[in-house]
Amino acid sequence: MIPSASQTVGPFFNFGLTANPSLGILTREGSQGVRIRLSFRVLDGDGRPTPGDSMIEIWQADVQGRYAHPEDPRHASADPAFRGFGRLETNQAGECVFESIKPGSVPGPNGKKQAPHINLTIFARGLQKQLVTRLYFAGDAANASDPVLSMVPAERRDTLLAHPVPFEPGDCHIDTWHMDIRLQGVGETVFFDV
Amino acid sequence: MKEYPRPRTGSQPPYLCIGYRSSLRRAPLQPLITLPHTLSERTGPLYGHNPIGETDHDLTRHCPHPPQGERIIVAGRVLDEDGRPVPHTLVEVWQANGAGRYRHSADNHQAPLDPNFLGAGRAMTDGGGNYRFVSIKPGAYPWRNHHNAWRPAHIHFSLFGPAFVSRLVTQMYFPNDPLLPLDPILQSIPDEQARARLVSAFDLSVAEPEWALGYRFDIVLRGRQSTPFEGPIR
Repeated sequence: MIPSASQTVGPFFNFGLTANPSLGILTREGSQGVRIRLSFRVLDGDGRPTPGDSMIEIWQADVQGRYAHPEDPRHASADPAFRGFGRLETNQAGECVFESIKPGSVPGPNGKKQAPHINLTIFARGLQKQLVTRLYFAGDAANASDPVLSMVPAERRDTLLAHPVPFEPGDCHIDTWHMDIRLQGVGETVFFDV
Repeated sequence: MKEYPRPRTGSQPPYLCIGYRSSLRRAPLQPLITLPHTLSERTGPLYGHNPIGETDHDLTRHCPHPPQGERIIVAGRVLDEDGRPVPHTLVEVWQANGAGRYRHSADNHQAPLDPNFLGAGRAMTDGGGNYRFVSIKPGAYPWRNHHNAWRPAHIHFSLFGPAFVSRLVTQMYFPNDPLLPLDPILQSIPDEQARARLVSAFDLSVAEPEWALGYRFDIVLRGRQSTPFEGPIR
């Protein structure tokens, strides 16, 4: 049987899918690992932020690189105080911020390790299917040998890197990593066919 | 082991749909990079993220009084590409009210809001992949994509399935709707059979006498069992 076709979420999804802002918080008391914030901004082909009509889902491993899913041979020991899934709509400035932890390395093909990464799915008015991409952490030594990053043309790899945001005076000391997602045009983010 | 072959050409809409204006400045123009499926793609959020309430599947019972409109039951099965049921997976729906208006601050269609209709619901499939919603039939509405543009009545569906790559957001349409051939969103799917799969079937066995009409809508998610004896994938 052929899979059902995708159709856009349209502009009015938020009362159905993103009414619960607690889906932006993947951690709870006792979550293992270094707390981080993941900040995103979604921009269209004219460089304009998508105002409230796009949505980001994240899926990630725990601090030891384990997914809470039976396909992962180590799932039984995954951190029970961490939920690897999050979902937020972007605000009028095209932005959203998740609270999470930095994931560990995940097993990859041929016994190679994948660098710590966050799997991203973007939905929006105007997108007939979700877009899939990944966030990697700029400066992580493991990026150099990551099997997925190495498939991406060198001049476009930067589009997958989140960068640390400098602290503002008065901020609590949680590292924030920011990534712009450019749907189209100059600096277009690398998207994956999965 | 479950595998997730790429969908057949033409069975999914392209990102850039000339007839769908919002796609023009949002569709990526660079080719996608084909990713082999690693643990990151073969896993995914499984059990939903909040417990399902007793009336979450019944959109007519989310307010003190019943909503206006034609009461309907929408029921069906969630299947994989082998036709096997996908059990215990989250199904989320949202829709316009009977007059074709969404409960959303950006919807400025001059149609009445219904104080007794919110328009969002959730359900888990049972062990046989079955789900069921009670709602009212959504109205068609104008959407300014082109001159005299009207969206056919539809219900948005969001499903997770067993893996990151089985995620699906789609729309369910109603049979014999004269707006279907005019809708750029549905018509952007090249394959006729794939378009037909998004149109529900009127089904008297889903209806309840003296209460509500019934529509059947089955959903096929990516995924099939791989066996070492299989021939090449076509």
